[in-house]
Amino acid sequence: MTDTDRAVPMLQMEGITKRFPGVLANDSVDLTVLPGQVHTLLGENGAGKSTLMKVLYGLYRPDEGTIRLDGEPVSITSPSDAINRGIGMIHQHFMLVPTLTVAENVALGLGGRAGLSDMRPVRQRLAEVSERYGLHVNPDAYIWQLAVGERQRAEILKALYRDARLLVLDEPTAVLTPPEVEELFVTLRQMTADDKGLVFISHKLHEVMELSDEITVLRDGRVSGQTRPSESTRESLAELMVGRPVELTRNVAATERGEQRLAITGLNVIGDRGNTAVKNFDLAVHSGEIVGLAGVSGNGQRELADAIFGLRPIRSGQIAIDGEPVTAPTPRSVRQRGVAYVPEERMVEGAIGDFTVAENLLLVDYHQPPYTRRGLLNRSAISSWCNRLVENYRVKTPDIETPTKNLSGGNIQKVVIAREFTCDAEVLVVAQPTRGVDIGAAEYIHERLLEQREAGAAILLISEDLDEVIQLSDRVVVVLEGQIMGEVDRADATPRSIGLLMSGVRDGEASASAD
Amino acid sequence: MSEFFTVSVLVATLAGGIRLATPFLLAALGETLGQRSGVLNLGVEGVMLIGAFAAYYTALETGSTVAGIAVAIGIGAVMGLIYAFLTVVMHAEQGISGIGIFLFGLGFTDLLFQKQVGTPLPIPGVGKAPIPILSDIPHLGEIFFDHNPLVYLAFLLVPIMWFVVNKTTFGLNVRAIGQTPEAADTLGVSVNLTRTFTIVIANCFAGLAGAALALEVGIFQQNLTAGQGFIAIALVYFGAWRMPWVMSGALLFGVVSSTVLQWKTLGIVSGPSSSLLAMAPAILTILVLVLVSRRVSAPAALTRPFDRAG
Repeated sequence: MTDTDRAVPMLQMEGITKRFPGVLANDSVDLTVLPGQVHTLLGENGAGKSTLMKVLYGLYRPDEGTIRLDGEPVSITSPSDAINRGIGMIHQHFMLVPTLTVAENVALGLGGRAGLSDMRPVRQRLAEVSERYGLHVNPDAYIWQLAVGERQRAEILKALYRDARLLVLDEPTAVLTPPEVEELFVTLRQMTADDKGLVFISHKLHEVMELSDEITVLRDGRVSGQTRPSESTRESLAELMVGRPVELTRNVAATERGEQRLAITGLNVIGDRGNTAVKNFDLAVHSGEIVGLAGVSGNGQRELADAIFGLRPIRSGQIAIDGEPVTAPTPRSVRQRGVAYVPEERMVEGAIGDFTVAENLLLVDYHQPPYTRRGLLNRSAISSWCNRLVENYRVKTPDIETPTKNLSGGNIQKVVIAREFTCDAEVLVVAQPTRGVDIGAAEYIHERLLEQREAGAAILLISEDLDEVIQLSDRVVVVLEGQIMGEVDRADATPRSIGLLMSGVRDGEASASAD
Repeated sequence: MSEFFTVSVLVATLAGGIRLATPFLLAALGETLGQRSGVLNLGVEGVMLIGAFAAYYTALETGSTVAGIAVAIGIGAVMGLIYAFLTVVMHAEQGISGIGIFLFGLGFTDLLFQKQVGTPLPIPGVGKAPIPILSDIPHLGEIFFDHNPLVYLAFLLVPIMWFVVNKTTFGLNVRAIGQTPEAADTLGVSVNLTRTFTIVIANCFAGLAGAALALEVGIFQQNLTAGQGFIAIALVYFGAWRMPWVMSGALLFGVVSSTVLQWKTLGIVSGPSSSLLAMAPAILTILVLVLVSRRVSAPAALTRPFDRAG
């Protein structure tokens, strides 16, 4: 990459402005990508990264600004226009048709001779592209049969098959295990070696530091900084993203582990597809400790949480709270035993979007005095309690009567957490508490979790965010395909030790594969 | 009962089953294509009625059954454009729009019939066209190869439609947009244009199905289709959105209907019990659907309008 100074930029976005009713999504944003370069686009949710990329991909028309490809001004009017100009997009939520094969997904939209869709030439060329970039996937497999990592390879192949020279990767590592991330990076380096330009979107700072040549940070629709890994630190990048200094590492004081609160023994739970999603699961959580359950999502975490909370029948095994087995659990009976639940899908299970903030804050306790008296809702008790919660938990909302769906992801999560953390529960099951939440809100939610731990709650923290799990947990339990792969104490918890377990390598084998 | 189990009666029953299956097979093939692209059209029944009346009236006025069929298909295309405008362009709720189309077809054809024709005059209908040689095969010839051309056309369309869905780029687009329209869109496939096509084709099929019915019986009357359009929709689910299975369902349904007719004709059943028996096909449909619904999954984007900005 010694000649980057002389190379003509393959992409120059200059002064891109995009307005939506009431929102300035992009405010005069510049972005330049050279061939053979990884240019990272960094920013919080809602900072304007997606909007900028949708402009590039022809999904939105910019209100102002110009786009140049290889120095030539262009107007990109549609995704097919973008594809024809050599732009490929690897979407965060894969744009794949699950009921079609890999080859069919690749061929989609390309047409065929005489209107026939003949997969033979597709397969052949696909094999060549796969080989070149180390993206191995069976072309005749249906997408629904593939694991997440393979799906991503199919998604990338789709772009490479179309001879994309400029690839946009929207949070490609979000769904991968650490070893899969390494594999992806090998592929990406092969692409840059072929002089392809990459726009890499991520908010995992250590990945950004590892992979990037250039970094552009967006905040509130504007470029808040342009830098390089050599000139920055994770802290300086986080500050550019958030707009104030952020504490990325947290020293958690050791606490005395108390009595056993939640005990799971020999638990088996059936998943949605009739599979055994949780297998012979044993786990205990004590008062005053956070047990982190790490693993790529889809390895039984959701089913486990559902089972604890009475949302999914248990096939065998036992769940006990304070030594008492829970029989025939229902969400309400489990709550009465002192368990609270912050579910993974905050907009599906955690909160009701069309309900007001106040209504969501009271979803658990609405039927009890003082909020309900003789079957009638007591408005004054409700509003005084809810106003207090909104203030204490720093929920940014115009008022408590605002529909919850109008809040940002971080604030919706604060509503859920405020509700669950104030119902005097002694056992907290907390799933993906900061997924899709901006750094500032995540920091705040972490503080609250630790506060609950200090207060003696037994906390089961289910998360795929390794940094979060390592930072907060007293012990980390790694789950793979519904089984416990291993347990790591706080002192030994590193991304590497946990990452290996997540991908199925146990302690003994780890040293063998270390080199 | 023994009089039913004679060769000639059984042959006539099976041949009748194929004949009776033709209208709802045609309608179901079109509806299958539409649903594969993510569009549910509950208005099939209404479009069939309009097609039936159009074919009947044209044949009555011009004496040409071919003209009748052409007009029925043309009117079907117009109805398809209307439905596409409602559901694809305006994003109207598909279930309700379809019911609207049905009620419109039911009322409109009755009105036109009262105003324009009044007394049910018979029309020539389409004559049988036995296939040379094949129709001479004992029994089998009578069952399969001694029908009117529309019957052959309907069954010929099964492999054709299968080929279109599974082996052409258009079919690949259809399968993709019925499942994950966003993915197709990002690859430059026009979701709404493709859906408009499938809707128009589906409605042409429904119009043709109506024509097949009217020309078969040689008459028009109020509510001539008597639920056949809804049976066609049920057959799509029965057939799990696969053309060959849809055909199997149509044949099963046709043969059961034909058997019931034979039993009535032969006097095996009569009076109230024959009316009860007439419900057999409908009950069969419900039973099969209850059983089938457990194992199949519909196109994921069925009834979901597509809008990029959304």
